[in-house]
Amino acid sequence: MADGSIGLWTVPLAVLGGAIRVSTPFLFVSLGECITERSGRINLGLEGTLVMGAMSAYGISYLSGSPWLGVLAAGITGALLGALHAGICSLPRVNDVAVGIALMLFGTGLAFYLGKPLIEPTAPRLPAIDFGWWSDIPQVRAALRINVLFLIGVALAPILYWAFRTTRWGLLIRTAGESSDAARAMGHSVLLIRLRATMVGGFLAGIGGSFLSLFYPGSWNEGLSSGQGITAVALVIFARWDPLLCLWASLAFGGAAALGPALQSVGVTSGYHLFNAAPYILTLAIMIITCSPKRTLTGAPAELSITR
Amino acid sequence: MDFGRISRRHLLQGGAALTLGAAAGLRPALAAETTIGFIYVGSRDDYGYNQAHAQGAAALKKIPGLKVVEEEKVPETDAVEKTIESMINLDGATLLFPTSFGYYNPHMIKMATKYPKLRFEHCGGLWSDKDPKNAGSYFGYIDEAQYISGIVAGLTSKSGKLGFVAAKPIPQVLRNINAFTLGAKSVNPKATTQVIFTGDWSMPVKEAEATNSLIDQGVDVLTCHVDGPKTMVENAARRGAFVCGYHTNQSALAPKAYLTGAEWNWEALYPKFVKMIAAGEGIPNFYRGGLKEEIVKVSSYGEAVSAEARKAADDAKAKFLSAEGFAIFKGGLVDNKGKTVIAAGTDRGQKDPELEKMDYLVEGVIGATS
Repeated sequence: MADGSIGLWTVPLAVLGGAIRVSTPFLFVSLGECITERSGRINLGLEGTLVMGAMSAYGISYLSGSPWLGVLAAGITGALLGALHAGICSLPRVNDVAVGIALMLFGTGLAFYLGKPLIEPTAPRLPAIDFGWWSDIPQVRAALRINVLFLIGVALAPILYWAFRTTRWGLLIRTAGESSDAARAMGHSVLLIRLRATMVGGFLAGIGGSFLSLFYPGSWNEGLSSGQGITAVALVIFARWDPLLCLWASLAFGGAAALGPALQSVGVTSGYHLFNAAPYILTLAIMIITCSPKRTLTGAPAELSITR
Repeated sequence: MDFGRISRRHLLQGGAALTLGAAAGLRPALAAETTIGFIYVGSRDDYGYNQAHAQGAAALKKIPGLKVVEEEKVPETDAVEKTIESMINLDGATLLFPTSFGYYNPHMIKMATKYPKLRFEHCGGLWSDKDPKNAGSYFGYIDEAQYISGIVAGLTSKSGKLGFVAAKPIPQVLRNINAFTLGAKSVNPKATTQVIFTGDWSMPVKEAEATNSLIDQGVDVLTCHVDGPKTMVENAARRGAFVCGYHTNQSALAPKAYLTGAEWNWEALYPKFVKMIAAGEGIPNFYRGGLKEEIVKVSSYGEAVSAEARKAADDAKAKFLSAEGFAIFKGGLVDNKGKTVIAAGTDRGQKDPELEKMDYLVEGVIGATS
């Protein structure tokens, strides 16, 4: 169009663009948590891991000049925090939910403390791949500037789905999650399996954090996560511990987050608080629809402390 | 578990406050070595509200004989009272600047009553006769600088569509949106400002989404009123749009896209306050001002600002600085629902308290307050 506006098309485009831009941290955290919970443990500390990942990625990218090193650092930080969670939980009579809450506060607090000098500088960002080359419309091109991490996350979902079903370690994780006695009877250390699963989960959550600080919104500050890590953990529950459903749920959440600003930009201004709350309303609605006091959640690993 | 706040002061507070507390009332008003305490609600290098105050504090550090103590990320709760107590009792602060809006009532008022010999200065509060005489509130008419940003934006925009990323529809924010729009309309009557409210002061993902949505709508110059404009500035510049800054100068973040901006000028005001005290005249309890009083300023123009825009902006600045001043909100003002909000013939000057209750968006703003 002559004035560069695309009118009401902004809304579906923003929801699509938002699904791509905003969903990546949700996707990584939920896939990571999916692995951890399938092994029979809940790590609520992933909000802290996400924020620590964002901070360390930004710091390493700034100091080394390489954003990819930053992504790696975020993953390692996440894996270490995961190891800490698993280590504490392997002690007798420790509640994994309580440890998770403690680590959530620890992770965010530590990230704010160490990240103080990083608020001002500008670190090199991750590159984007231009998938909108076929379009003349700048809005479409902007929406389709996609980061590699998003593509990795999208590919990871079916791979995990396949791995849980058909590979040996997928079976081991599921065994540890469904019946720790069975895993022990097979001669495997349940604690070791859970340690590894929690570390991999932390690794992925850390990478999710690096996306926040190195791609979108693309800088480090203390309000960066605003609860996305904890939302992603909740998302695993209504995705029924299924990596493929995690992917769709993350995309839906990303799109929902874009809905509020997009509607305001086309002039739907009444009730924007309601639209801004769309992701949370979505969570509540799905929880209410899927929950029942009469049965346990289908797909829930039997060893989880919330289902046991 | 916020490690950023566990400072030396906090660690010592428990024990030392007990012993020092007894001697607290004996401090002189402004001795040779004066300690001034600054309290920020967020991080002081946020490229925003807190950094603007920290720059003011930095200006005081340069003055010999002054010692400045600072504490960041103090929530607007009892925590600020504890910080004030420790600054008084452990550091010997005699002049305090709790800079965030929510510190004022009841926290700062309570402390001012408890320590009547010390001076408390609050940014943004509305001091009234009922409040303690050793407390004061100051604020700047930053909408004057926003008006000038609007002029530059209106003359730079090709589409005539401007964007405003705002936190909440409170009077101070609405006044900025309206002043920005009126500035743009003064040079381009067809200009519109589309506003998106994110709902809170620091929501980086929402701010980035709002920025993208506005640009998708054809907006090509953006500004904002959120705590840290960094997200908006960087994301708008990446999409090739121009920006006007807020709170402090963000040109380092986007040198090509940065046109100008509305900045606080605390580094001019705070030394002035100290001089008033040193001269024995004291700081007026209720202190307000704009460009003329050097409480706000306009960022120097970026390279993309045309000669025409520079001239129009400089002319407007000269009017604000002139002896008779300049009223942004003039009679015959219509809001964006078609209602007359200021009757013809009654200009509302900057000091008019009616403006501090603003609840409308002027004609030309696309958006709603609720």
